[in-house]
Amino acid sequence: MQMTLAEKILARASGKSFVKAGDIVFCKPDTAMIHDLLGPVIFADDFKELGGKIKHPERVVVIADHSAPPATVEQANMVKKTREWAWGNNVGEFYQFKGACHQLLVDGGHISPGNLVVGTDSHTCTAGALGAFGTDVGSTEMLGVLLTGEIWLRVPESILVNWVGEFSLGVMAKDAALKTIGKVGHGGATYMAVEFGGSLIRNLPLDERLVFTNMAVEMGAKTGLIKPDEKVGDFLDSIGKNDGEYFISDDNAAYREVLEFDATKLTPTLAAPHEVDNVYPVTDYEGQVLDQCYIGSCTGGRLTDFASAAKILKGRKVSKKVRCLIVPASEKVWREASKLGYLDILAEAGCVISAPACGACGGFTNGVLGDGERCISSSNRNFIGRMGSKKAEVFLASPMTVAASAIAGMITDPRNFL
Amino acid sequence: MKPISGKALKYGDNINTDIISPGAYMQLSIEKQAEHAMEGIDDDFTTKVKFLDIMVVGENFGSGSSRETAPLVLKANNIKAIVAKSFARIFYRNAINIGLPVVELDTSSIDEGDELVVDVLTGKVENLTKGEEYQGVGIPSHVLKIIEDGSLKAYLKNKARQ
Ligand code: SF4
Repeated sequence: MQMTLAEKILARASGKSFVKAGDIVFCKPDTAMIHDLLGPVIFADDFKELGGKIKHPERVVVIADHSAPPATVEQANMVKKTREWAWGNNVGEFYQFKGACHQLLVDGGHISPGNLVVGTDSHTCTAGALGAFGTDVGSTEMLGVLLTGEIWLRVPESILVNWVGEFSLGVMAKDAALKTIGKVGHGGATYMAVEFGGSLIRNLPLDERLVFTNMAVEMGAKTGLIKPDEKVGDFLDSIGKNDGEYFISDDNAAYREVLEFDATKLTPTLAAPHEVDNVYPVTDYEGQVLDQCYIGSCTGGRLTDFASAAKILKGRKVSKKVRCLIVPASEKVWREASKLGYLDILAEAGCVISAPACGACGGFTNGVLGDGERCISSSNRNFIGRMGSKKAEVFLASPMTVAASAIAGMITDPRNFL
Repeated sequence: MKPISGKALKYGDNINTDIISPGAYMQLSIEKQAEHAMEGIDDDFTTKVKFLDIMVVGENFGSGSSRETAPLVLKANNIKAIVAKSFARIFYRNAINIGLPVVELDTSSIDEGDELVVDVLTGKVENLTKGEEYQGVGIPSHVLKIIEDGSLKAYLKNKARQ
């Protein structure tokens, strides 16, 4: 029987040789990720009342990233409560102030191909770039996972999104991800898995692939997936933890829909306020005056992002009218970007480099927006109130577009600087 | 579980979790967060819920974040059930897990203020004001027990006791 990549992983996780879309299966997650916002601060009391024993503590990763470093006493208390719970329950790993959760799971070797990863965060689907099934759960549901080591899931149908061709100058994974979301719509893949394939994806480095799977949830998807290959293997070898199962979809696996996109035709793209599928060519909005330019988050704060931004900003200056914030997705990204000189170039240009964390992406710390302010960001959501004031506007674009816009102080096509 | 009676409070499509439960207030208690529920699109939400207690919404309700605070702040505002054309996946699971009944249904002909009777188990909704009846999709049978127990927490507690 033919299976998709999503079906194969859930078959493995539920101890079955075959599952099909629509089946309800009880699965054993390989990794359970909990962060400071939706973790122990919500369920610690109930956890205790229910016996207070984690079934598989070694599979649990706890991360303080949303309130980190804390900007208020309340946030500091959230981090403290999270930390005390993590240490008190001997979880597999606890990170504080080291970066955004999804990047830390990758950097720390907590995701292997073929794994089922559940997390208290909607972008847990990021894990799919390593051929793992990552999906989000609520805090209460996580409590169930901690206590029982199990979760029920409905096996999703899959949509195959094939990207072929090559990017032209000034175009990145973020542009293609936005284009895909614009086509599918923000509810178009609800309950489904979105598998990204095609020659473009195959040729992209791992950190650009992560942009696609990260944003799968912006189409409502349960997970995003990419066939794991030697690039995934090379990365896992480099961190000394290559122990996964490299499942791939069978040739005749049943997809609900197959979409084709040609990268060659793609130009720099953005999502205008206040929806991620509100997608246009950057040129449609050129000249819109900005207050803030933001390059960071688990979507747009990786090495390729800073390399690309540095290419644009090298020898140039950020406009005095705006502030340009750089927020590396993790401490490891920070170190590598520093070693390769990108951070120096960005600082020289007048960017402000902030701690690796969620930062202003979710409206928590470090650069939230005021009333009526307009921001262009390489993060993943532009909802009303997402980055601070409900009266602010957020445009989503690639790090290159954000960098170009920082120079001009207004939305600008990056090809002007290449 | 008895059918739920109440009055319709109507909103449109694609109401996301940043609107329902803005990130900026997530460090506050649920009661305090509840005061800011829906304020991104409706400053009068917390007044309206005093009279209108069944939310009737369009497509893709609750998209975005996995924050359980989204159904929690609605529950804290005394919303008794949500009837939507469709729900975002994680909101649907979260609502069930915290014990907020949800029904999927074509809501086009329901107007704000209509008196409704919602049967969560069968997915049937009666519109007393208009004298109409609609058939939607209730809670799937395998998770029924969670709603009947009140929440996933209560369900786990009952299970632990057995
Ligand atoms: S960086 Fe932004 S999208 Fe990523 S986990 Fe943090 S708040 Fe969420």
